[in-house]
Amino acid sequence: MLIRILPPHALRESDVTPEPMYLDRRRFLAGMGIGVAALSLPLTACGANDKPAPLAALKLAKRSEQAGGEKLTEFETVSTYNNYYEFGTDKSDPSRNAHTLRTRPWTIKVDGECEAPGTVDIDTLLAGTLEERIYRHRCVEAWSIVVPWDGFALGPFLKRFKPTSKARYVAFETLYDRKQMPDTRFGVLDWPYVEGLRIDEAMHPLAFVSVGMYGKVLPNQDGAPLRLTIPWKYGYKSIKSIVRIRFVERQPPTTWNKMAANEYGFYSNVNPNVDHPRWSQAKERRLGELFKRDTLMFNGYPEVASLYAGMDLKRYY
Amino acid sequence: MKPFDRPLLAARVAAWSLGGIPLLHLAYLVWQGHLGANPVEFLEHYCGDWALRLLLATLAMTPLRRLTSRSEPIRVRRLLGLWAFFWVCLHFAIYLTFDLEWSAVELAKDLIKRTYITLGFAAWLMLLPLALTSTRGWQRRLRRRWAQLHKLIYPAAVLGVLHYIWLVKADLREPLMYLAILLLLLGMRVPWRGILRARSLPRRAP
Repeated sequence: MLIRILPPHALRESDVTPEPMYLDRRRFLAGMGIGVAALSLPLTACGANDKPAPLAALKLAKRSEQAGGEKLTEFETVSTYNNYYEFGTDKSDPSRNAHTLRTRPWTIKVDGECEAPGTVDIDTLLAGTLEERIYRHRCVEAWSIVVPWDGFALGPFLKRFKPTSKARYVAFETLYDRKQMPDTRFGVLDWPYVEGLRIDEAMHPLAFVSVGMYGKVLPNQDGAPLRLTIPWKYGYKSIKSIVRIRFVERQPPTTWNKMAANEYGFYSNVNPNVDHPRWSQAKERRLGELFKRDTLMFNGYPEVASLYAGMDLKRYY
Repeated sequence: MKPFDRPLLAARVAAWSLGGIPLLHLAYLVWQGHLGANPVEFLEHYCGDWALRLLLATLAMTPLRRLTSRSEPIRVRRLLGLWAFFWVCLHFAIYLTFDLEWSAVELAKDLIKRTYITLGFAAWLMLLPLALTSTRGWQRRLRRRWAQLHKLIYPAAVLGVLHYIWLVKADLREPLMYLAILLLLLGMRVPWRGILRARSLPRRAP
């Protein structure tokens, strides 16, 4: 492990960062540095240069509500509270750092156990038919959001490459570029970030590829230009900024599982009855609410239960 | 306190500032509604961070006295300790309110199953008698045992740092920094010179 020794002011800054807004961080840093004087700073002057580049709007063929009519989480929250360790481990880091990610040109290489391997350009995908799906998203850290994702179903997309009978699993890989992802120089995780699904999971109608959210292309910190959205699994299964997809015969390695196998399984289905070793999964905090609510089995998507018929979900967590 | 004991006054102002300015800042953030996307998590981390910092500041006073040969650090040590306890209590109260909704059953479950909760709770439990016996009256009543009792600050600080290490998912850089400072502060209390001298002395023949 690499231990970075920071000067005292940097320690304080990174200690207090669970504050998603850049504006707040600036103010807080100032508060740490010069104490009470910071409180009297003209706060409105900060953050004027903080406007993110406008995100292009998407044309959507249809919309479907699949979160039980629950209230949408605010875009501001979804785009400033992110786990994307390539851009920093604090929730507010990615929204400040991910501007270094270049999403054009961008291609996705698809190969492995399939008859029609190939490379797809993101612009081709964006020009195709897109739909919006409102899904719940549940993080393993016991917080959750409701997001209108824009994209296309994963199954039909994968079928274009004609997976063979040997394709029992699908492996996904995130971009790994130290120049664009400065925080990958810290060995926090084993880069590149990799994830995987069993082929029947990938073919399930709920499995989705998002290229946008809230009717616009994805912000970089949310996994631009395309990411998985697997609503019945913990958030880390929904891999971001995908550059490669492989059909494989054996269960592929997955990043968090490699990091701590006893804490993060390959399946990682949302399950209130199977606790993470260090915290409970029975409840979650919906961002925007103060108190916790009960977590639903498969995150409220019981239609996926048949995928796991006969499996001991305590063992295959 | 003499009417113009400036060094002591300065030390007291510094100690009150270290404990109190973060509180003013927090009050300001709450008032402005700048607690971010997950306010409860923000409050828990903010209070937990300051609890650890104040604990380490309290532990820094003895080495500071040795380095400066002045008495002021020791004379504000109790004040810093009480501020540390204040931040621990606030941290704990936010967890009890928003995570557990003051359910004793939920607390018991967490204490049994979640090691980091157990560690943090144990640290709070150790600090509790220290805060209660922090008055002059108790100091007099307990006499020599007061100093012995207040050695509980050491295990409490160790548990506090372990509590932080235990809950982090992958990026241990920050909690390990707290650990490094804690070990440094504890290490400065070890009579290294005596130990080294004792080692280098020629051993007596049996």
